[in-house]
Amino acid sequence: MSLILDPTTAEEDRSGVPTPAKPQSRTFRFVRGTPIGVWIAAALLAFLVLAAVAPSVFLRQDPFEIDPANAFESPSGVHLFGTDQNGRDVFSRVVAGTGQSLLLGLAATAIGLLLGGALGITAGVSGKWLDSAICRFVEILFAFPGLLLALIVIAVSGTGVVTAAIAVGVGSAPGYARMLRTQTLQVIAAPYVETALSLGRSKSHILWHTIVPNVARPLFVLVTLGIGQAIVWASSLSFLGLGAQPPAAEWGAMLADGRNYLQVAWWIAAFPGIFITLAALTTTVVGHHLQRRLEAEV
Amino acid sequence: MSTKSLDSLSAAPRTTATAGTAGRVIAQRTAGSIFVLWAAVTLTFFVLRLTPGDPVTAILGGAGSSPSPETVAAVRAEYGLDQPVLVQYLSYLGGLLRGDFGVSYIFKVPVLEIIGPQILPTLQLAGLALVFAWIIALAFTILTVGRGRVLDGVGRGIEVFFASLPQFWVGIMLAVVFAVTLGWFPVAGNDGFRSLVLPALSLAIPLAGFIAQVTRSSFEEVLAQPFILSARARGLSDTLVRITHALRHAILPGLTLSAWAVGSLVSSAVVAEIIFARPGLGRSLVDAITNRDLPVTLAVVFIIAAVYILVNLVVDVLYRVVDPRTNPKGSAA
Repeated sequence: MSLILDPTTAEEDRSGVPTPAKPQSRTFRFVRGTPIGVWIAAALLAFLVLAAVAPSVFLRQDPFEIDPANAFESPSGVHLFGTDQNGRDVFSRVVAGTGQSLLLGLAATAIGLLLGGALGITAGVSGKWLDSAICRFVEILFAFPGLLLALIVIAVSGTGVVTAAIAVGVGSAPGYARMLRTQTLQVIAAPYVETALSLGRSKSHILWHTIVPNVARPLFVLVTLGIGQAIVWASSLSFLGLGAQPPAAEWGAMLADGRNYLQVAWWIAAFPGIFITLAALTTTVVGHHLQRRLEAEV
Repeated sequence: MSTKSLDSLSAAPRTTATAGTAGRVIAQRTAGSIFVLWAAVTLTFFVLRLTPGDPVTAILGGAGSSPSPETVAAVRAEYGLDQPVLVQYLSYLGGLLRGDFGVSYIFKVPVLEIIGPQILPTLQLAGLALVFAWIIALAFTILTVGRGRVLDGVGRGIEVFFASLPQFWVGIMLAVVFAVTLGWFPVAGNDGFRSLVLPALSLAIPLAGFIAQVTRSSFEEVLAQPFILSARARGLSDTLVRITHALRHAILPGLTLSAWAVGSLVSSAVVAEIIFARPGLGRSLVDAITNRDLPVTLAVVFIIAAVYILVNLVVDVLYRVVDPRTNPKGSAA
């Protein structure tokens, strides 16, 4: 038996043979049922969304109410996450910050997708010249790694919540542009586009009614996956003092604030960080699950 | 090298259609990299010109000061700001070629004097972070992939968890536990290897999550290859198969990711630098942005982009050397 097989025949060949690892079993499990981890993530995400939309459900104290007599109280039944240097309830502030942090992440992702989509889809449907021009441009943007592009935007437009959202959006745009260009090229190669062409539909009709909707189909997954990273980035900017400014109840700004009191009260910095992690983790887990679902469907 | 014989056994189809000889490819890639670097500098130069407010205000000590028109004109001439933008741009490019980054608006000394000493600490931090990240990622891969559902799931879960952690929070928690409470490492400063461990770990842990996710899936793929089965059939132990046969193939996609990682480490080093009060490029960048010190901002952006492009170029070329099968689409797919 030859050992040089192409992947597809290897796949079939192995079905009868006991193999050391079973790569198929994972996809199989995902199609059959949703794993428990995804359920937990979805439940936590639902909690975060609820805290963002209707914080009053969880609020027991005013997140901005100053009470110096009760400063630096450790977590207890009264103050679930303790109190900060001004006696403000950390739990209430974290809950109150959920809306702003999730909104920041969502806005940044939307901006990134819009910019990236405009570049990527235009490149995908355009002729050779414009396509390679856009590709070159995106390649140049890729020369600014990680937060650097976002920092340049902030250098130009100044600090603040709105500029932080724009900065993170611009920072993530090159990645989306590359992804959506590939997606567009795949859609164009699909038989239904050829069918639409042979039916004599106009090019702009095909662009808006066939290509864009099909490119946008996995968008929900991209948004879910991207939002976690966007929240981490945006809170990093706030942490550096370039995004939301204190006394705003934004997770990154709260962390920066709590950093000064680490020796006496670790909880001021710890809990906002746990919530940033939770937001990133739950959106990633749910997003990956949706992605696998989508891939399994296709 | 024995890789050759292993490659011929792997299931991926071999491509003979390479773009040209290795030398020509390297020359092409180098030219492309220089172009991207030039374009990046140009883009940053003109974008930073859009900054609202007169640079002269920043030079003369902020919005509060009210300098006489003569002083303003003198400063304008001194910093070449009275020239047309295009002339300023060309003279900046000319300066770059001579290694001259201009004069800081805030400190009034050559930019290189300010950021020169910051380059090495950042590179040390990023380098050690990358080493830590790889150690953590490989440990996870070797210990958990293909070891039954439970271990596999635990490994996968921890990786996603690590990848979701914000670096600055990891840094703060590490500082609380290992510096403040246990006192194993210094809380802050730049004093030898010991002061580098916690900042590097705070950058490495989230990165390890990303690298491990990539190496895990390629490791899974490799373990399913026929040559692994044949190695097992020859009676090699599981550990030996994993380390000598599978690992070599599984780290290639991670290598490409590392090029990206170095860039993002150098730019995200700022977080660790601020938490642990270390000198570094990221710190200078944030300070320069806050103070509207355009020449320093531009110089740091240039250096980070240059490091990133250089590392990508080196990895790109190395990749061709390590894996001759590499086609333009990459073998990670």
